[in-house]
Amino acid sequence: MKLLVKGGRVIDPASGRDAVGDVAMADGRIVEALSGKPDRMIDAKGLVVAPGLIDLAARLREPGYEYKATLESEMNAAVAGGVTSLACPPDTDPPLDEPGLVDMLRRRAKALARARVYPVGALTVRLEGRKLTEMAELAEAGCVAFSQADTAIENTEVLWRALQYAATFGFPVWLRAEDVWLAKGGVAHDGEVATRLGLAGIPAFAETVALATLLELVRATGARVHVCRLSSAAGVALLRRARHDGLPLTCDVAVHHVHLSDMDLGFFDPQCRLEPPLRHPRDRDALRAGLADGTIDCIVSDHTPVDEDRKHLPFAEAEPGATGLELLLPLALKWGVQANLTLAQTLARVTSAPARILGVDAGRIAPGAPADLVVFDPQAPFRVSAQTLKSQGKNTPFLGLELAGRVRATVVAGNVVYEA
Amino acid sequence: MLRNPQLNAKGELQHLLSVEGLPRELLVQILDTAESFAGVTERDIKKVPLLRGKSVFNLFFEGSTRTRTTFEIAAKRLSADVINLNVAVSSTSKGESLLDTVANLSAMQADIFVVRHGSSGAPYLIARHVKPHEHVINAGDGRHAHPTQGLLDLFTIRHYKKDFSRLTVAVVGDVLHSRVARSLIHGLTTLGAPEVRVIGPQTLIPAGAAALGVRVCHSMKEGLKDADVVVMLRLQNERMSGTLLPSAQEFNKHYGLTADKLALAKADAIVMHPGPMNRGVEIDSNVADGPHSVILPQVTFGIAVRMAVMSMVAGGG
Repeated sequence: MKLLVKGGRVIDPASGRDAVGDVAMADGRIVEALSGKPDRMIDAKGLVVAPGLIDLAARLREPGYEYKATLESEMNAAVAGGVTSLACPPDTDPPLDEPGLVDMLRRRAKALARARVYPVGALTVRLEGRKLTEMAELAEAGCVAFSQADTAIENTEVLWRALQYAATFGFPVWLRAEDVWLAKGGVAHDGEVATRLGLAGIPAFAETVALATLLELVRATGARVHVCRLSSAAGVALLRRARHDGLPLTCDVAVHHVHLSDMDLGFFDPQCRLEPPLRHPRDRDALRAGLADGTIDCIVSDHTPVDEDRKHLPFAEAEPGATGLELLLPLALKWGVQANLTLAQTLARVTSAPARILGVDAGRIAPGAPADLVVFDPQAPFRVSAQTLKSQGKNTPFLGLELAGRVRATVVAGNVVYEA
Repeated sequence: MLRNPQLNAKGELQHLLSVEGLPRELLVQILDTAESFAGVTERDIKKVPLLRGKSVFNLFFEGSTRTRTTFEIAAKRLSADVINLNVAVSSTSKGESLLDTVANLSAMQADIFVVRHGSSGAPYLIARHVKPHEHVINAGDGRHAHPTQGLLDLFTIRHYKKDFSRLTVAVVGDVLHSRVARSLIHGLTTLGAPEVRVIGPQTLIPAGAAALGVRVCHSMKEGLKDADVVVMLRLQNERMSGTLLPSAQEFNKHYGLTADKLALAKADAIVMHPGPMNRGVEIDSNVADGPHSVILPQVTFGIAVRMAVMSMVAGGG
């Protein structure tokens, strides 16, 4: 299969290329030029051609939560959002702690032939924080990293040993920084808004206490740790110093936390029930600054489809999470415009940077790279609505809002997997 | 989207969900209306026909005999039909969702839902889903709000002190978990009370409390000084010893209202408590039963205030 994307504004954040031109693809890879006529041509005149988005956190809900979403529905959502590679956290039911589950998930995903799926294995058995999983076996089955998803390891000895063991094999460990005890029972940022609404709070120091522990253990073990979903200004400051000290760290932020704060809870909007909680506008601003200066490497969707029944509940009882695969691109673009960045700089946070963390050869437009592309119109407006979202989860705080940035085509391995 | 959900397009009371966000004029109107009903409750025939033919559903997802009873009395004095549902032990224990329960009751032609729920914000969820002619009155949601209690506290203060513009009000105890404190504080700041203090150990004062417009004090000596009104909050049994407090005795020693501590307040100070009281913990008996106490009048005023609220949301037209 030979494919030619013609006449678009080609942006490759990895090399800094930003020029009108063609992208040729053959046999699933990008090539310098095609020999002979293409089998298919996409006219990208007036559109941006960029590497397909890479999302380090997208819950596909299989196995176990098929009533919330299915692999098929969420893979359709991914490519509709221009996401060509995604990592899925291990908090399925059962969790991804056995090679057989990982293997099945990868095969099911492959059969659907949409985005590439990279499972993140459980760091501990059943995510219980007690026994290590067979990480080497899981890696062989296709796990690219190990994580606890949203469940913290209470026991610091287990955390230390897990990092030691992972470091032995060079496996990356992706962790959220949240102290279990300080976060216990909390549903919102511990501050003025939670106090006014009478919601149990999670203080910002629940993040920094856990982060400080984690940083010391990274120092001790040399494990490659990726800090997931940073949420507080103090957390950003702590991480900035640690990176300055040269610790082997990377970090991401969820796209919701780039744009929203606890002020958006309004009158108990359950769509804003997220983990970690939306914090003070000052925290949001610090996250944006951290993202701009490179303290935070990339933006993730933290895609979490939740069924309506689990959201139509009082705030504290509502299931946390928001759908995000289809909003990652427009919301990243919105941030880039507000932060005065070039398109290439903005797109780096959802393409080349996460590719580096994932350790896969993707996220760039260059001969030899996988033919994973997104073709989009950065200006085209659309209204976020339950009808237009392909994800089975319609739960997002952005419902009803107008955003700019519409995907026109998504290419994975040289095949057009989405067109609009 | 962020229109105050308890007011209709004309700015009238559609639901009563929180004291926060009620304009001053509306607060005064509620208190004035309650004043007019206070007379009714003292007559031989204690009924007015304002809600005749209307149905009030008492929907208590969390047990409370007293609040439910005062709502029931208030509704009956307005000639409404009252249906008490102890949902805590019926439908929801069978797995029915909150909104399904409400939809079912709505199909039985309700006019007013009086809702108590353990989760902050639950009445907002219900108010978003009821029909336009149905009204929701929050009878206490989680730690968030207990607006009719806040209103009856305001009514009591106004009754004894006439004017809010010079008052110092001290709210003492477990502010962290108290919906009563939140509702009263919003009311006092709206009505222009110049000094509202909250008093308690750091463990019982919520984060960012000062943003509510109060002064945070950690000692009774500082907090009670020259107070006109002292509001004692109930300390739940399960919070008397553990991570928030070491013991009820130690709490009583530092934050319990004794005659000695009350002497720090103004000579004509009034003492209030939303009930039920823990005598010997947050308040000593000689204070609870003493000359400064207006705890029982609070209960009486509560009926008039609830009549006022119900007649204002559902009595028109």
